Amino acid sequence: MDEKWDRISPCGDRVILHVDLNNFYASVECLHHPQLRDKPVAVGGDSQARHGIVLAKNELAKSCGVKTGEAIWQALEKCPPLVVVPPHFQQYLRFSRMARNIYLDYTDQMEPFGIDECWLDITGTLSAEKQGNRIAAGEAIAHQIRRRVREEMGVTVSVGVSFNKIFAKLGSDLKKPDAVTVISADNFRQQIWSLPVRELLYVGPATGRKLSGLGVNTIGDLATLSPQLLHSQLGKWGDMLWRYANGYDRSPVTRVGEESVIKSVGNSITAYRDLENEEDVRMILCVLCESVASRMRSHGLMGGTLSLSVRDNRLYSFERQMVLQRNTWSAEEMMRYSFQLFCRHWKWERPIRSLGVRMSELCGSDAPDQICLFTDYRQLQRQESIEKTVEQLRRRFGPHCIDRAVVLQDRRLTGAGSERNRQLSRSPWDRNAG
Amino acid sequence: MARKTYVEVTVCFGRDGTMTPMEIHWEDGRRFLVDRVLDVRQAASTKVGGCGIRYTCRILGRQTYLFFEEDRWFVESRE
Repeated sequence: MDEKWDRISPCGDRVILHVDLNNFYASVECLHHPQLRDKPVAVGGDSQARHGIVLAKNELAKSCGVKTGEAIWQALEKCPPLVVVPPHFQQYLRFSRMARNIYLDYTDQMEPFGIDECWLDITGTLSAEKQGNRIAAGEAIAHQIRRRVREEMGVTVSVGVSFNKIFAKLGSDLKKPDAVTVISADNFRQQIWSLPVRELLYVGPATGRKLSGLGVNTIGDLATLSPQLLHSQLGKWGDMLWRYANGYDRSPVTRVGEESVIKSVGNSITAYRDLENEEDVRMILCVLCESVASRMRSHGLMGGTLSLSVRDNRLYSFERQMVLQRNTWSAEEMMRYSFQLFCRHWKWERPIRSLGVRMSELCGSDAPDQICLFTDYRQLQRQESIEKTVEQLRRRFGPHCIDRAVVLQDRRLTGAGSERNRQLSRSPWDRNAG
Repeated sequence: MARKTYVEVTVCFGRDGTMTPMEIHWEDGRRFLVDRVLDVRQAASTKVGGCGIRYTCRILGRQTYLFFEEDRWFVESRE
C-alpha cells in the first residue's frame, strides 16, 4: 500500500449523485394497480417454471420480513396476506428509460448500475456561482430529481449526494423511500464510520467474514486499520476497500455514449424439470449455444474461450472453461465443446437444475486468425454458411421456422415451437455482455 | 373510486409534431369537445394507475386530465 494516502485528505471537488428507484418492480406494479397499494406486495417469478423467487417487494412486505431472492413459499409463510404478482419487464424497462431521461436533463455523465440505479456526476453542470458550495447545489438538484420522478412517474427515488461514487451509493441506501442523504467531505467520518462494514459497496458476505476475523466491524474500523495489514490479508482488494472507506475513491462516472466494451456473451437456463441424462443436457446446450451464437453474430464477435456453468438440484454449482483452438461464433462448435466439457467434469451424482454457456476472449469477426494445418476449413466454412442461412430464415419466417431435431424431444424444456424468442435474455453472470 | 377508462380521441397534429386533443369519444358513443388545453406535462396518475403525457383539458366548463400513455389515451373516470 502506498503510504502517500496517509497524508492526503479526501478530495471534495466533485458532486456525485446516486439515484435509486425504491422497490422498483413492486412500485411500478403498485402504481398500475392502485388496489394493491395498502397490501404487502411481492413481484415473483413463475413457480411452475421453477423461477419462483421474490424479485422485489414493497415496504409493507418488507416490514413483514419478506426478502428479495427468497422462495415465494417462504415469503408466504412469513406473510400470509402477501399478494404475489407476475413481473412485467417491458414496463420496468419503460420506467427505467423515463427515469434516465429525467436524469439526462441534469448531466450527460450518467452511469447506470442495473435497471433501477444510476450515478450522475453533476460537477460540470453547476453554474459558476454554485461552484462555491457544490454539495448544497447537488442536494438541491437531488431534491428536484426526487420530486420530478414522483410527479412524472408516480414512483419514488432515494438519492445519495457525495463527492465520490462509493459514498453517493451508500447515501442512497441510508434513507428510503423518497429521500435525499448528503455525505460531504467534511462530515463523512461522523456520518458513516459507525455503520457496519457490510454497508460499503463491494463488501459482500465473504469479505465481511474475512474483515470480521480481523476485528473490522464498522466502516471506521476498516478506515483506521493498517493498510499494510489489509493488503496482506485481502491483496489489491484490501487496498481498494481501505481507499473507499477513507473517501479516496476517484473512479469517474461514465459519460453517455461511452459504451462499455463487451467482454463476454452468455446465457443460462433454469429448466422447468431436473435434467436427468445426457440427452436432456444436449437439448439445453443446443438452445443455449444457438442463442449465444446468434447474439455474437449480431455483435460481429467471435470468442476464444468457452465457459460452462452447471447447478444441481441442491443448488451446488461450478463453472469450467476451455480455450478453443480457434475463435468461433458457430453454434455447432460451441455445442460440441460445451458437451465435451460437461462429460469431462460432471459425474451425475445428482440431477441438474440449470446450465449456462458463456463465450469470452472476444474479438471482431474480421480479426486475423492463426490457421491450423490439420483442420478441415472447407467443412467449417460449409457449417458457417449453413448457420448463417438458418439465421436468415429465422429472421424472415420466425424463430421456430427451422429447429434442430434434438430440441423437439421435449418441447417444453427447450421452448421449441413456443413464442419464445430464439435469442435468450442475458444471464445474470454475463459480464458487460451485449 | 376512480377507474382507468381508455378512450378514443380526435387529435390535431401540428406541423412541429405537437398533439392537441380535440374531441373525446366516450364509451357510450357520446362525444365531448375539448374547449381548451390548459397544461401539458409528463405526469403520473396515482388515482387510477399509469403515467404518460398529461393534458389538463377544459371540457364543458370542467377541468379534466387526459393521459397519453405509450400509444393509448385514458381518463380518470368515476365508477
